Amino acid sequence: MIRFLFKGLLRDRNRSLLPILVVTAGVTLTVFLHCYITGILGEMIEFSAKYTSGHVKVMTRAYAENKNQLPNDLALIEVNELINNLNEDYPSMEFVQRINFGGLLDAPDEYGETKKQGVVVGLAVDLISENTKEIDRINIRNSLKSGRLPEKSNEVLLSNDFAEKLEVKLGETVTLITSTMYGGMSIQNFIVSGTIEFGVQMMDRSGMVADISGIQDALNMHDACGELLGFLDMANYDDLAALEVENSFNKKYSNPSDEFSPIMTRLKNDSIMSGYFDYVDAFVGIIVTVFILAMSIVLWNTGLIGGLRRYGEIGVRLAIGEEKGHIYRSMIWEALLIGVVGSLLGTAFGLGFAYWLQEVGIDVGDVMKSSKMMMPSVFRANITAPAYYIGFIPGLFSVTLGTMLSGIGIYKRKTASLFKELET
Amino acid sequence: MKRIKILLLLLIPSLLLAQEPTGKEILERIDQNMASKTTITKSRMIIHGARQTRTIEAKSWGIGDEKSFTEYLAPVREKGTKMLKLEDELWIYSPSSDRIIKISGHMLRQSLMGSDLSYEDMMDNAELLEDYDAGIIGSDVIDDRDCWIVELQAKTAAVNYQTRKMWVDKQRYIPLKEELYAKSGKLLKKLELSDVEKIGDRWYPKKLVFKDMLKKGDGTEFIIDEIKFDEVILEHIFTKAALK
Repeated sequence: MIRFLFKGLLRDRNRSLLPILVVTAGVTLTVFLHCYITGILGEMIEFSAKYTSGHVKVMTRAYAENKNQLPNDLALIEVNELINNLNEDYPSMEFVQRINFGGLLDAPDEYGETKKQGVVVGLAVDLISENTKEIDRINIRNSLKSGRLPEKSNEVLLSNDFAEKLEVKLGETVTLITSTMYGGMSIQNFIVSGTIEFGVQMMDRSGMVADISGIQDALNMHDACGELLGFLDMANYDDLAALEVENSFNKKYSNPSDEFSPIMTRLKNDSIMSGYFDYVDAFVGIIVTVFILAMSIVLWNTGLIGGLRRYGEIGVRLAIGEEKGHIYRSMIWEALLIGVVGSLLGTAFGLGFAYWLQEVGIDVGDVMKSSKMMMPSVFRANITAPAYYIGFIPGLFSVTLGTMLSGIGIYKRKTASLFKELET
Repeated sequence: MKRIKILLLLLIPSLLLAQEPTGKEILERIDQNMASKTTITKSRMIIHGARQTRTIEAKSWGIGDEKSFTEYLAPVREKGTKMLKLEDELWIYSPSSDRIIKISGHMLRQSLMGSDLSYEDMMDNAELLEDYDAGIIGSDVIDDRDCWIVELQAKTAAVNYQTRKMWVDKQRYIPLKEELYAKSGKLLKKLELSDVEKIGDRWYPKKLVFKDMLKKGDGTEFIIDEIKFDEVILEHIFTKAALK
């Protein structure tokens, strides 16, 4: 029967083409929108991961407890050995050192005495190693407003506003006054190689980005760092994969009775990000549900129209003696076939567009330059597992339900009045 | 006879009460012990941090509450660092950067060399009587010595600690223990003073243990190895030129 119906659909394109096109278009939009929203919101999560949290983050237990205070006196030590171990245990991942620090930044006058000074909020990352990925990872090249990236360990980038406030020009020296890892006083000179716009108010007011080796030297943190960020070998954060790494690491390396033993936390457990994850889940859920509902109504309507459009045909079939139940069932089977074909085509098209957007992305770099936001310059879609089936909800069920609803009319028709109806 | 006895019984407590000094008198006696026209000090600061213990050696010259100059002698990383305090201003010279840097504002509340003392603590050498009103609120025994518990309330808002509670040795007029509170009533620091020695005509504690209650670690010991009072100090020490 299905083969017969399928042949009928192929041969009578008036009956199948429009519904299939509508279902395909609706499913394509549903799949694409799901991938696009997931991609953009995931991109924001990924950006936070790259900038502050990593997919996983390793700290000492004591540091993790007080991480808001940037307690570098509680930092990880013997970091190179730990990184080597991590590279052996998780060869597909990349681990990078980060130091967040605070202090006072002092700009001298021509006599070397204090001209201006201000509180500094600093981030130290690997800026000068040959194969460093950190510059691209935190999008620092695109955030550069003047000058160039640091090429030596004693060169730093200042936020544009902070440099103006301190009246510091490119190539001039500033002095960082802070505490070493062991609590001693640290007074270290740095040269300003460039200025950047962070797009984050606190960082724009008093931000500084330095090479990690220069800050390790200044803070007496040789072979030590505040945080080790770990990145999974995948474009977007995968909480299950991160959870697996977190559990295995903590089982092997973390000792609850030693406050200086390392502990790993995954992105979703990060104090700032956990709320955002819930928000993203809820937001994606609401948007996709609303869209699916809207598409369902459209496709349901397609089913209804299909049923009504064939009012005459059904009358003829009834007149020549076909059973009402048989007609109703055949219409539902037809709707199911249309739904399957439309959903398959729509999912394929939707995934195709999403794949293109995932690989190529939309470059919003020019727009972001004027908006002064330190955020991803390329927006990409993200194909996740639900993308493969989410289109079938409106595509398959709505059309079928629409047909089922409109088909009920078959049972209300009276054979006696059929010919009269057909005459008109 | 009976009447005389009753009269004596009534008078004795009031006589005893009359012997107890007022809060102001206690502060005067403390200032006589602790304050001086000039001081030259050689000291060690033993900082018990969360991870390790460090010892910082320094030599200081001071004139009253107005001027002080400190040169750090050890360890290597801190050696050659100098600090100059003139009134309420503080300059630091660091040989590694060859810079003279002025420390001001809230930076003065930061830890001095990672210790439990802040720059403000180090700069605060004013006579207690200048800044505080005091009243006796009880008695206690510290290290087998009878003490008054004296509560100090700041006269102005310009002091580091609005309220201080001192356990003052009744015989030597030296605080043996102190609690320093913020305006909110939060306990900020604890201080224990010991190794009290007679130096000239004054008693002076040669060991002070500071504990910043907002910080991890086991506190900072400040040990005075040598101290000279009222020696002549040349004025040129207290200039920025002397820092380099």
